Amino acid sequence: MRRVLALLLLLALPALAADRPPRSGLDYATPGVRAMQADDFANPGMLWVQEGLALWDRPGGMGGTSCASCHGRIEGFAGIAYPRRDPRDPDKLMNLETRIEKCRLDNMGAPPYGYESRELVALTAAVRHQARGRPVAVVEDADAIAAGEKEFRQRRGALDLACAQCHEANAGKKLRDETISEGQTNGFPAYRLRWQGVGSLHRRFQVCNQAVAAEPYPLGSQEYIALEWYLAKRGAGLLVETPAVRQ
Amino acid sequence: MAMKVMVSVPATARKGDAVEIKAMAMHPMENGLRRDNDGKVIPRFILRKFECRYNGELVVDCDWHTAISANPYLSFFVKAVDSGKIEFAWTDDNGAVERHTATIAVT
Ligand code: HEC
Ligand code: HEC
Repeated sequence: MRRVLALLLLLALPALAADRPPRSGLDYATPGVRAMQADDFANPGMLWVQEGLALWDRPGGMGGTSCASCHGRIEGFAGIAYPRRDPRDPDKLMNLETRIEKCRLDNMGAPPYGYESRELVALTAAVRHQARGRPVAVVEDADAIAAGEKEFRQRRGALDLACAQCHEANAGKKLRDETISEGQTNGFPAYRLRWQGVGSLHRRFQVCNQAVAAEPYPLGSQEYIALEWYLAKRGAGLLVETPAVRQ
Repeated sequence: MAMKVMVSVPATARKGDAVEIKAMAMHPMENGLRRDNDGKVIPRFILRKFECRYNGELVVDCDWHTAISANPYLSFFVKAVDSGKIEFAWTDDNGAVERHTATIAVT
């Protein structure tokens, strides 16, 4: 009960100016976390990137091929933009994780790794890492982005809070031991100290749903991919940080 | 797949300089006290030894215990004396050893 009251008080505070340029979660992080992210040899997320690079070259599947056999060097993926629609089934939204799983199944003839498996997280991190320092690439799609924004503004859970109430109206304020950021996605997959490992963006969404006692959507669900798409658009101009370090 | 490790050793150094070395390993450092969702104890599984040798001489020797964080990171300084090899070894609870070697040129 006391926690609910504290939240209500916090939400009564004035809203953040709407048309400021977006700020990365890094700007809200503590100096210790920032220092870890700034040094590739102190950023544990780089261990996952290393693992992802090794997986890129590892043969498997029915033809004994690796990602590299068909796609060449991983640097070639620096410019790819996800989420996007499945060209063969335009009602279906795909993010990088589900795209990689689909490629394993359809083209490589290998079993999918599983959404939050260490392998898929590592491979996704390695691919996204190729774009580090570049602006996040976003595919324009008004419908999908609108669907994502609806999720973002939807109040939910026992606390009846929308993503926007924390990440728009109260960015910069404290919630227990954390500083609420804008909920940007440019650092994902990210190393989270509390996870002691690298996790996907959808895992973060689930944590935020559970924080307001709402039932999370499944990892890789269409709702989360739409949300991911909207957040990428909302953060336009931010640079990719993968693998970011977060508390 | 072998355990992932990362080290940072400067490629070159001046004789007598103190050079910073960083070493990190991907490891859960499971302390043996936690339980899974079914209430079963998750068995202890940690890296219990870390060693660093400079041209064969032991310069850092650590015995690690269960309070060390996951993905342990270590940074330390050694005095650059000669060109050669800097070797790292992490030993886990099963006795498996992960090794990594870097070279340094001292002028
Ligand atoms: C009760 C407040 C609250 C609500 C509601 C909430 N979050 Fe969060 N969220 C947090 C806190 C606290 C963190 C960790 C600190 C930070 O980075 O903001 C966080 C982190 C994040 C991050 C990681 C940001 C980064 O840079 O690492 C994303 C992305 C995110 N939230 C998205 C969402 C989405 C999408 C929703 C709605 C489904 C949501 N959040 C709802 C409090 C909230
Ligand atoms: C046998 C060849 C083959 C292998 C092996 C393979 N792919 Fe693909 N991949 C393709 C083809 C062909 C396409 C594009 C056609 C399609 O499926 O839509 C593609 C598309 C992709 C895309 C979308 C690219 C874009 O421009 O949007 C990603 C991401 C991808 N693959 C990742 C991977 C990863 C990661 C691996 C290793 C786990 C892998 N692929 C292994 C053949 C392969």
